[in-house]
Order: sequence, then structure tokens, then C-alpha cells
Amino acid sequence: MNTNDNSRREFLATGLLAGLALAGCSTKKNPFDELANDVKPSGEMVKLLSVDGEVIEIDKAFLKPVPDLPQVSNEAARMGIAGKKFVMVIDLARCKSLKKCQSACNHMHHIHPGQNWIKVYPMQDAEHTAPYWQPTTCMHCDEPPCVKVCPVDATFKRQDGIVLIDSDRCIGCRFCMAACPYSTRVFNWEEPSLEKEIADKPYSCETSVPQKMGTVGKCDFCPDMARKGELPHCVSACPNGVFLFGDMLEDTVTNGAETFRFSDLIKDKAGYRLMEDLGTKPSFYYLPPVGRNFPFENNEKKEATK
Amino acid sequence: MEQLAKQKIIQDLLPQKFGKQGKIWVAGLIVLCIIGVVAYIRQLSKGLVVTGMRDYVSWGIYISNFVFFVAISLVGSLITAVLRLTNVHWSTPLTRIAEIIAVSAITFASLIIIVDMGRPERFYNLFLHGRLQSPIIWDVIVITTYFFISILLLYFPLLPDLKIMLEVKKGFSKGMLKFYSYLGSFWKHTPGQIKLSEKAIGILAVTIIPVAFSIHTVTSWLFATTYRPGWDSTNFGAYFISGAFLVGAGGVVVAMYVFRSHYNLKEYITYDHFDKMGKVLVMLALLYLYFNVNEFLVPAFKMKKPEEEHLRGLFTGEFAPIFWFAITTSMLVPILILITKKGRRPFPAFIAGVLVVIGSWFKRYIIVTPTLLHPFLPMQDVPANYKHYFPTWEEWAIAIGSLAGALLVITIFARIFPIIPIQETITEKEEHEKALS
Ligand code: SF4
Ligand code: SF4
Repeated sequence: MNTNDNSRREFLATGLLAGLALAGCSTKKNPFDELANDVKPSGEMVKLLSVDGEVIEIDKAFLKPVPDLPQVSNEAARMGIAGKKFVMVIDLARCKSLKKCQSACNHMHHIHPGQNWIKVYPMQDAEHTAPYWQPTTCMHCDEPPCVKVCPVDATFKRQDGIVLIDSDRCIGCRFCMAACPYSTRVFNWEEPSLEKEIADKPYSCETSVPQKMGTVGKCDFCPDMARKGELPHCVSACPNGVFLFGDMLEDTVTNGAETFRFSDLIKDKAGYRLMEDLGTKPSFYYLPPVGRNFPFENNEKKEATK
Repeated sequence: MEQLAKQKIIQDLLPQKFGKQGKIWVAGLIVLCIIGVVAYIRQLSKGLVVTGMRDYVSWGIYISNFVFFVAISLVGSLITAVLRLTNVHWSTPLTRIAEIIAVSAITFASLIIIVDMGRPERFYNLFLHGRLQSPIIWDVIVITTYFFISILLLYFPLLPDLKIMLEVKKGFSKGMLKFYSYLGSFWKHTPGQIKLSEKAIGILAVTIIPVAFSIHTVTSWLFATTYRPGWDSTNFGAYFISGAFLVGAGGVVVAMYVFRSHYNLKEYITYDHFDKMGKVLVMLALLYLYFNVNEFLVPAFKMKKPEEEHLRGLFTGEFAPIFWFAITTSMLVPILILITKKGRRPFPAFIAGVLVVIGSWFKRYIIVTPTLLHPFLPMQDVPANYKHYFPTWEEWAIAIGSLAGALLVITIFARIFPIIPIQETITEKEEHEKALS
């Protein structure tokens, strides 16, 4: 377990930097050749993870941010990725409400301060049962009530199971918010305070950026990351590996460090979904908080009572 | 002799100029409307953040106001269609009052729903991308249909009256006469035209009943098609419709009283009308009470977990004052007033009507907001002010402005057109006399 954690941390640190590096760098061919002429090495080396999975060292001066990949068209974003059925598993035993998932999500999607797409609930099912932390996002229901009620097809279900929002089409009626039993949708009550650079971007359903005044927002399962073959931001941000993301058709879920067979995991650990009785069929599974890694400490409550 | 009576009826019922009180009333309404428009302009520029609504309470008094408007507009169908088809004649003088209330309320219902939208400028998306599976689209369809049928039901019976006014001429400005002839110069009151018009009205009166039932049933489904405790109810359609007839009838009683005393219509809107409408109101209040008992007592008996918090909030908690206020003022007290013969005289009936209308407005608030404050998952990870709802001044200004607007439309209508159908009154009187002799 320990070694596992260490290697994971390294993976994260290097992975982050790799994202900044020029695409296509590998040990076999030096992609910096043309650049080398006008960039002077600084002497400061950084470790990177190559696409082949090798850890390489490179001079910091050669780092250059990847230009944004062209966004997929609205039609493609509405269709989804063929041959996929995305799924998320939350291991409740590992969560200690660090909320790193939340801050990563808020940061990457430029969510309005105070609002959250990921919420971490202190839960206690009955008086004498044990309390636990329950992270929730949009459940990407297979029978999504929000999609059913949307009058203009601004919120839609894709072939890969993801439920997205087209903020260029949403009329802001908020019927979907009333319909979602998981209270996961947020509304842009005012003009989002975004940097000009971000605000000027054309809206993409897959990145949910930039959020627009008078429209709804919610977790999008980061399909833009999936297209790049990467994990959603919350998954890679959680140091405890609570979030496991994957593809049901491949029957695998991973938090980056560990990979599981989805069906086995759900069977062995008795996975369940929230509010099964409503028939919404979430794509979001929970593993019961059994054999907890951390004791439950509700600091929020303590602070509140102080 | 007969000619004289006819002349008197015409003189009595022609639209009258505003007196001093009338002018003050209109000016007041215009001021309220302007304040509402100013608030709306603020909302347009800053976004819905100027309201008290937040992620949990995502629908507030705009939506309850919308439900209220849709509810009150149902009265048009009750008085014009239901009573007409059952061959009740005493309601003839009230038809136009009811119909103009219906038209103006349904107009403002549509406006207030646009006010509630986060992106009103994208309204056209409803037509461009509309999907039939959404109850909102159903609402758009039935409300539009209801609006046009109501307009026609207002317009056809108006044609003979337009002719009468064009003949009288005296007391009308040039512009008004032009307007009348634009609307109805083709009407010659020939037997053929009368027959055609009667047939048209008959068809409309039949069609408007299912459409009226639809508008309010669909409106109730905006709530009942969700899972939320307090809305997830199979009783909702009937519950909304009975409530709608109640508030509509209450509105008509109020309007009857006001027109009667300000336009000197004592001979046309009589004690008998108040007596009968009073009885109708009692019946409707009892009916609505019955649906309320169903709506609250049955879940309260079981106290299912998700319902419990919601129901406690209504019965004894945060919303108890408004809840009990709404129940008492919209049903209990009016029943007590109107159940006695004395209570059905114009003034007490008017008071009962006012209570019904006010109570019903708050009843709509109770239907919309408390449910949203009791979601399935507890409220979490939101700023503290997201956990409560109190409308801001902008919301009040817009809501009050819309109510004032609806009253203004009715007032102006009564200034331009006879609020009691002249021709129908004459015809009925003639028939009555014929029957006597
Ligand atoms: S969790 Fe809510 S928003 Fe997400 S798909 Fe289900 S109903 Fe829609
Ligand atoms: S708020 Fe937007 S996404 Fe939600 S139902 Fe209305 S139009 Fe659809």
C-alpha cells in the first residue's frame, strides 16, 4: 500500500508537468531540435513522464505549454464517444473530506466562488449508524430526470452515458434543477467573474467552460480529458484514491494508481447507487464505508458550533 | 316603452370616463408597473442574482405568481363556458368580467414566466429546439391555445356592442370610434351573423373547457413530474384546478363589487348575483378544502422520511404562519362569511372575495418554495444565504408590477368597452318579458 502511494504521488507530480510539455516528446526522437537554436538551457532540470511511460529529465527552458487541442464540434459533443460507457465508483472507506477533488474541479471549470459541482456530505443514515463522508457529483443517470424535463434539449444524454449541458442553448428555466433529485445542478445567477481569456473562449459542452450567466452548470465527467486519454480532474486530484473512473464496457475503473475490474469491485465490496428507488439509474456507484482508512472527524460542525 | 328600456340599458352600460378616483387608481397602477419595469431592467443587466433565489430555492415568487395567474385565468372558462353550457342565465352580466380577467391574467402569466428565465432573449429556442417530452412545452402549447380561445370568447360577444356604440357615437372621441369600426364595422347584426356568432361561441365554449383544464393541470405537472416531497403527488392536477376555480370566482366577486359601485351598475349586478356567486364560492372553497385534506393529511399520516421535514415545516415550522394564514384566509373564513345569507350581500361577499384572492396568492407561495428547501440530500457546500429564501425588493416590485399590470389591462378594457354585455342584456330582457306575457 505504502509503495503504491509513493509511486502514485510521483506519477501525479510528473504527470502534471508532462501536460505542460510539448506534445509528442519521447526519448527516441528529440522534438526540441528546432527550438534548441533560440532557447538557451537554464541548467534547471525537471522530471517528466513521457508518453511511453518513461520518466525523463529535461531542461526547464524547453518547456512550452501545449496549445489547446481544437475543441470538438457541438454535434460531436452531443454524440459522445462511441464504444464507451463511463462510470464512476466512489470508495467511501477512503474519504476523509479533504475536498481536493472539489478545489480541482472548481479550478479547472472556473466555477463561481461559493458554488461547487462536487459536494462532500457528512452522512449518517440512522441514529446509531456510523457517520461517513459522501462525495457526490452529477450521477450521469441513465434515466436522467433533468434531461426529460429540459424543454430545449440544452441538457442531453450521450451515447457514452454522459449527461452534458449546452450553455449556448439553455434558456435558464431551471426546471432541470427542480427535477434533479441529487440537487447537483447550480445556476449562474450573475455574470461569472472569469479572466477575459477564458470568458472569450467559445463554449464547449465537453469542458463546460466558460460558464455563462443565466444558464445551469454541473459536473460533466470531464469528457475532454477522456478524449485525451486522461482522468477527470477530481480523480487525479484525490490523494486518497477515492474516485475510480472508467469504462463499463471495458469493465475497468482506475484512480490512476490502482486499476480494478469494475464488476468484481462492485460485487466484492457490495457497491450500490444513491436513491435506487427513484429509478434514475445513476452511472455513479458507492462502495460502503467499511474498514475505514480514516476516522470520521467533522471539523465543519465543530467550527460551526464554536 | 320597450324602446325606452332599451335606451336606458344602453346609456347605463356604455363605457364611462374615469372619475377622479378612477384617475388616481390608473395612475397608481402605472406607477407600480413602472417600478416593476425598472426592477426588471436591473435584473436583465445584473442577472437573476438580484433575486433571492439561489441553487436550492431555484424557483421563487415569480413561479408562484405564474401559478396564481394561470389559476385565476381559469375563471373565464368557468363563467363563460361551464355556466353557459348548463344553461344558467343569471351569469350573463358576469361573462365579460370573467373573460377579461382570464385574458389579462393569462397574458401576465406568460410575461412572468419570461421574467423568470435566465436567458429570456433565447425564448425562440422553445420553438427552434422545443422537445415534446418536456411539460414546459406542453404548457407553452396549451397556454397559447387558451389565450386565443379566450380572446375570441371576448371578441365575438363584443361585436353587437361595438355596433351599438358606433350608433350612439355621442361621448366617444374620434379615435375610439375609429378603433371600434376597425374592430367591428363588418357586424350588421343580421340574423345570419347572429346565428353564426352563436354557433362559434358555442363551439368555443365547449373547446375551452378541456383547454382550461389542461393549462392548470399541466402547470401542476411542472411540479408533480419531479420527485420532490410535497410535489410528488398524484392529487396535484385536481388540487390545482379546484384551487384555480376558487381564486377565479373570488376574483370575479371582487370585480363585480368594484364595477358595481364605481360604474353604478346596481340594477345589473344585483344582490342576487352576489348571493349566487357567494354560494358558488362556498362550494368551490369546500371542494378545494377537500383536496387540501387529501394533499396533506394522507402523507402526514404516514410521515415518510423525506416528506416529514417538509410537512413539519408547514404545520409547525418555518412556514407554519404562511401555511395556516393561506388556509384560513382562502378557505375557512370565506366559507364562514358566505355560508349565511347576510354574508352573501355585496360588501361582505366582496371582503370574502378579497380574502380568497390574497390567501390564494400565499397558497401558491407555499406550494412552490418550501418543497425546494427540503431536498433529498441535505443542503451542503453552499454559502449560508443559499439555505434560505426571502424575495428581494426587485422580486416584489416585479411581482406587484405584474399584478398591477393585469389590473390595468382590466381597467382600461372597462374604459373602452362595456364591461356588461349590452346586447345580451337587452336580448335577455326581451326574452324575459316575452315569457312573462
Ligand atoms: S444527477 Fe441530476 S443532473 Fe445528473 S443526470 Fe441525474 S438528474 Fe441529471
Ligand atoms: S435550465 Fe437550461 S438545461 Fe435546465 S431545463 Fe432549462 S433549458 Fe434545460
